[in-house]
Amino acid sequence: MSDSGRSATPLSVSPNGADQAEAIKAIRLRHPWRNVVAVILVAMLILFVVDASQREAYGWENFGKYIFDKRISQAAGYTILLTVYSMIIAIILGVTLAVMRLSDNPVVKGIAWLYLWVFRGTPVYVQLVFWGLFATIYSTIDVGIPFTEPWLSLETNDLISVFWLAVIGLALNESAYMAEIVRAGILSVDKGQDEAATALGMSWMQTMTRVVIPQAMRIIIPPTGNEVISMLKTTSLVTAIPFSLELYGRSRDISVVIFDPIPLLLVASAWYLLFTSILMVGQYFLEKRFSRGVGQARPEKAGTETGAITLKTGVIQTPGAASNTEIAPDESTDPTGKEHQ
Amino acid sequence: MTNAAVSNVPMVHADRVSKSFGSNEVLKSISLSVPQGEVMCLVGPSGSGKSTFLRCINHLERVDAGRLSVDGVLVGYEERGDKLYELKPREAARQRRDIGMVFQRFNLFPHMTALENIIEAPIRVNKVKKEAAIAHGRELLAQVGLAEKEDAYPAHLSGGQQQRVAIARALAMEPKLMLFDEPTSALDPELVGEVLDVMKGLADSGMTMIVVTHEMGFAREVADQLVFMDGGVVVESGDPDEVLGNPQHQRTKAFLSKVL
Repeated sequence: MSDSGRSATPLSVSPNGADQAEAIKAIRLRHPWRNVVAVILVAMLILFVVDASQREAYGWENFGKYIFDKRISQAAGYTILLTVYSMIIAIILGVTLAVMRLSDNPVVKGIAWLYLWVFRGTPVYVQLVFWGLFATIYSTIDVGIPFTEPWLSLETNDLISVFWLAVIGLALNESAYMAEIVRAGILSVDKGQDEAATALGMSWMQTMTRVVIPQAMRIIIPPTGNEVISMLKTTSLVTAIPFSLELYGRSRDISVVIFDPIPLLLVASAWYLLFTSILMVGQYFLEKRFSRGVGQARPEKAGTETGAITLKTGVIQTPGAASNTEIAPDESTDPTGKEHQ
Repeated sequence: MTNAAVSNVPMVHADRVSKSFGSNEVLKSISLSVPQGEVMCLVGPSGSGKSTFLRCINHLERVDAGRLSVDGVLVGYEERGDKLYELKPREAARQRRDIGMVFQRFNLFPHMTALENIIEAPIRVNKVKKEAAIAHGRELLAQVGLAEKEDAYPAHLSGGQQQRVAIARALAMEPKLMLFDEPTSALDPELVGEVLDVMKGLADSGMTMIVVTHEMGFAREVADQLVFMDGGVVVESGDPDEVLGNPQHQRTKAFLSKVL
């Protein structure tokens, strides 16, 4: 790279002022074993795919027949509903439990701890079976003053459908996990933030909603996204209640009728994969949104990288100037440069 | 800004204030008074109770014994008859609105821009209209020399700039008293000046200020009163030139010989 182009343009003043050394052009280090491993893995993958596509047992014909079956797409809708409803309830309940856990009142704290102990300490499948037996345990739901004649007595079976039992069962279990996630998020926020808000005369509620929770979100969002994805898959367990209108239950029911379970498992898996993929994309954007003001993204200080990268920046930023594509770290001439030393 | 009706009530009055954390007595019967419009500098070795005293003034810490009042009003408690009643959180928050505080670690809200940091409390707490708060916020940013940085997030500002935004944020509540808790201790040496300049301007405008600091030059130039604390007691206080130039106590001499 010659020095002539650089000296011609005022844009090209390097941070050091002096002329720069030539960029390093070394022979890259070879990694022969990496390539060998890669080839073997790709070969195995191709073999598997080719084999699977020809294997009778997978029943690709039935897969194609049922993948867009109306019953299946409706079941997918139920899976989404179960996930959304139970996550909403779990998040609200989780925030409440987290705040209870951080309370100064030992009884409130203790009750939250007890809840977490029970719901995290037993399997979700067992809990769902219990919810299925809810009407057996509590056949009526009474409204009134304890130990007196109830004002209102309702049959549990009329009051709560199996669908809502499934939602409640999933939500209560999930809320215990959400509580720990939210608590970790709140505790991650610097104590000084709370103090600054308090010193400004903000109330506890204002401090929480405007200062602490938005910052805690950065910590809370990634694991919550994982919880949503995990919840989507956990909905398949509601057959324990038994509720079978969601994806897995429905595909099982169909497969029993046609005596061919494998293609319908594949159908269900394909739908689950579709949804989890969408959720992963959504989570990426959410994480980006909540990391405002933090992290490495420093737009003001770009352009102080190595020559090779600033070269590219120069090309992009000065498309009109044909000759001076050498280097253009023009952002490094920060107006407040003295303070960035 | 000269007060038309200069009140005789001191802005801050501490009468035998004590405070302990467990068995550790951090403040031992502190008595001092800051008249309206004056600047008091608190100096002393770390752990001497300066910051704790400052935090007691806006009730971030509660006082165990004695009386502490701001503008004639008892801090954190209400006296009815011969009994003291603890204030409800809402009332304590109301008291804090009139007292601005600037922290050593700035404590700006990192998820808000400089301007958003400044307008947050006026809008939420004082219920100021958003447009008015923004206009006032811009004025304050100009006052601290950061007019062009209103959209910058704290992470993109230098320490000195952050601290100046923090000062503007405290001023946005139009406080009658400003507390500074070692405002320049976390700054690189070359950034200290810009923050001290803003504080000097503020003192010149007639703001009542209590400043915990290690900047003896600033104390000498700006303070009306200098208080030297050590081990939770006021060792010496008075005119800054007097205290710094001719310390009477051994402990003051020992401390000053290290920092000057």
